[in-house]
Amino acid sequence: MAETSPDVRRAILQEPPGPKREVPAPVLDVAARERRELARPKVALRGVSMVFNPHGKAVRVLDDIDLDVDEGEFLCLLGPSGCGKSTLLNIVGGFLRPTSGDVRIDGEVVRGPDPRRIYVFQERGVFPWLTVTDNIGFGLGHLDRAERQRRIKHYIDLVGLQGFDTSYPHELSGGMKQRVEVARALAVNPDVLYLDEPFGALDSITRLTMRAELLRIWAAERKTIIFVTHDIEESIQLADRVVIMTARPAKMRRIVAIDVPRPRDLSSPRYIALRELVFDELGLAHRI
Amino acid sequence: MRYLPRFVLKISGVVTVIAIWGLVVQVTDSPIIPGPWAVARAIHELAVKGLLFKYAVASLFRVTWGYLLAVTIGVPLGLMLGWYKRIGRAFNPTVQVLRPISPLAWIPLAILWLGVGDGSAVLIIFLGSFFPMVMTGMNAVRNVTPTHINAGRNFGLSAWRFMWSVLFPAVTPQIIAGMRLTFGIAWLVVVAAEMIAVNSGLGFLIVDARNAGNRYDLIVAGMVLIGTIGLLLDVAMRRLERLESIRWGYSTSAIDGER
Amino acid sequence: MTETRQVPPANEPATQPPARRDWSGSGLALAGTAAMIAIWQAAMFVSDSKVFPSPLAVARGIGELARTGRLVMYVTDSLMRVGIGFSLALLTGLPLGLAMGWFPRLGSAVNPVMQILRPISPLAWIPLAVVVFGISNAAPIALIFIASFCAIVESSMNGVRMVSQVYVLAAQNFGLSRAAVFRRVVFPAALPQILNGLRIALGLSWVVVVAAEMVAVDSGLGYLIIDSRNAGKRYDLVVGGMVLIGAIGLLLDTLVLRIERLPAVRWGVDART
Repeated sequence: MAETSPDVRRAILQEPPGPKREVPAPVLDVAARERRELARPKVALRGVSMVFNPHGKAVRVLDDIDLDVDEGEFLCLLGPSGCGKSTLLNIVGGFLRPTSGDVRIDGEVVRGPDPRRIYVFQERGVFPWLTVTDNIGFGLGHLDRAERQRRIKHYIDLVGLQGFDTSYPHELSGGMKQRVEVARALAVNPDVLYLDEPFGALDSITRLTMRAELLRIWAAERKTIIFVTHDIEESIQLADRVVIMTARPAKMRRIVAIDVPRPRDLSSPRYIALRELVFDELGLAHRI
Repeated sequence: MRYLPRFVLKISGVVTVIAIWGLVVQVTDSPIIPGPWAVARAIHELAVKGLLFKYAVASLFRVTWGYLLAVTIGVPLGLMLGWYKRIGRAFNPTVQVLRPISPLAWIPLAILWLGVGDGSAVLIIFLGSFFPMVMTGMNAVRNVTPTHINAGRNFGLSAWRFMWSVLFPAVTPQIIAGMRLTFGIAWLVVVAAEMIAVNSGLGFLIVDARNAGNRYDLIVAGMVLIGTIGLLLDVAMRRLERLESIRWGYSTSAIDGER
Repeated sequence: MTETRQVPPANEPATQPPARRDWSGSGLALAGTAAMIAIWQAAMFVSDSKVFPSPLAVARGIGELARTGRLVMYVTDSLMRVGIGFSLALLTGLPLGLAMGWFPRLGSAVNPVMQILRPISPLAWIPLAVVVFGISNAAPIALIFIASFCAIVESSMNGVRMVSQVYVLAAQNFGLSRAAVFRRVVFPAALPQILNGLRIALGLSWVVVVAAEMVAVDSGLGYLIIDSRNAGKRYDLVVGGMVLIGAIGLLLDTLVLRIERLPAVRWGVDART
């Protein structure tokens, strides 16, 4: 990256009004920004747009999305239901081709689903005809038996499903099925995990537990995670950065960095301030 | 224009089969198995003699009687067996043992009870449709969403009101689907039923064509007609079913999707 | 309402193993069956028919068949025909149905043919079968084959088609080849539906074999019925044959149901209720 003079930098600072985008521009904390500029982002979206043609009518679902996700970052895509965030995640995951723009992971363009980046669906992604053990071991066919068993055991313990190795999914609760799916995803040691509202089918009490579990697992394994949700609290509790998306056609409205140290204190002033920020950004009332 | 390729695909499958059939007959030069052309001529012959219409109507007439009887007796019985668990469990073995017995196997008894003629034919068709309808009724009750039942009980409805406003609407889509399938079965059975000395109907046509002169082209013509009419009736019933579902505002997926 | 329906709420799955055999249910079943037989016997007294057999006469008739060895012979004959015809249909129909479900264009092309052949009663094929095969084992076997073939193709095709897309996507995500996706995910996912179709086809085969035997051969349970009537008006054997047919049909059905309850397949049953 060529060095720019401080004057030019300050000129660049004057961002035009309108939907804000996070552009890797040198601002204020030079050290951190330049470090990030030099290191290539893990996941890079450029100009991603998606137009569907359901009955001949063109429906623009995503509008020119630019986004960088760093290695080991926990990023949340937040937006109302149906705004296109799942579509975006599907595109990043390689299940859909964008109408324009591209997604690069480690510099390579994404052309299809890849075992290095596992997508976690809601609990219905677990294979009902396989036991917990066989589900988790699904992608581990290339390992020898001992290694496979060791890995499976590691992940069963990690997600807290000890004792259920020979159970079938229909004997498990929703939260447990979700853990199986996360374990299955982690077992193949992917670089990136995509989670599409994974806790959506669970009750709010279980959700809190599952969020803590997810963060614990993430801290242990430090994967890059892109997490889609419509739950404001969830996004602030989990993410390093929250990308707030507008309703369809979805654009990035704002990116909020959550700088509350982990483990996050949900009563801390900073947490509450950030939550208010997000509420305001979404135009939501503070009193019900 | 987009529909054209799919339509062509469907027709092409049928055409291919007919072509293969014709080819096989040509190649084997069989005196027995008629080719498609011979069958077409036979159908034409029937139409010209007025038998096509007469036989089709006769078969339909018998099927309808046996079928309607089966529905009116079988559905309430099935619903009852499904709803009142104890009665259901008591008589389930009887139903399960009688169910696998082919309608044809009832012929000797039918003749014993009703003699030869339309009566026993209708009885055979009735027996063939009765057990499927009972099973449909039982299964339909079993699949009613507990949510609906609990809601009904919550509102303190009387037994009659409950049946009328909760149970019947809930089981109707499945019953109707079952009725369509059972009509198909009844139509299958008509051939067997008409083997009992009646003197009209498509089943009779097949049996008679063999006995009185080995008219294999008529045999196959009869089979083709039975198949085609069966298919048309099935399509018609599907249309009706969709109408019915819309009227009730239900689709089975709406009921299943209730979680 | 005399009975309440005890079902756990939808989001709290019953994680206990299935209840042990319900002896009160069996007691009821016995009572109900006994009641039916009693009604039958009573009807005999009332009608005083010389021809229609009483339950006792039927039991004696079955005993006679067992003693003379005809029972075993007939049952074996019928089962053998079903076995051969059904297996043939399975070996040809299952792969075809799976292929039709997995390759949509193949499905669209072949399906209409199935839809036309299906309504044609196996019973209607009987005269043709007799003509082609004569009075031999081949005729009922061919009929069983035709009847079960369509059913098996249809249910396997639908089973494959109805597999949730999520499973396929997840499998692709793990880098599986198309063939591996089918083998490891689609087929197991479709298995409950396929087995259900097999059960129905087996039931159909049993019905057809009896029908075929009444016309086209000279052994087997179907033949027993028609022969007992024609050669001596032995209605006790007629009804006895019917009872046997029903019992064996039920047995076959139960056997497949057991298979459908295996853990790797059972989830399909639970999901359906």
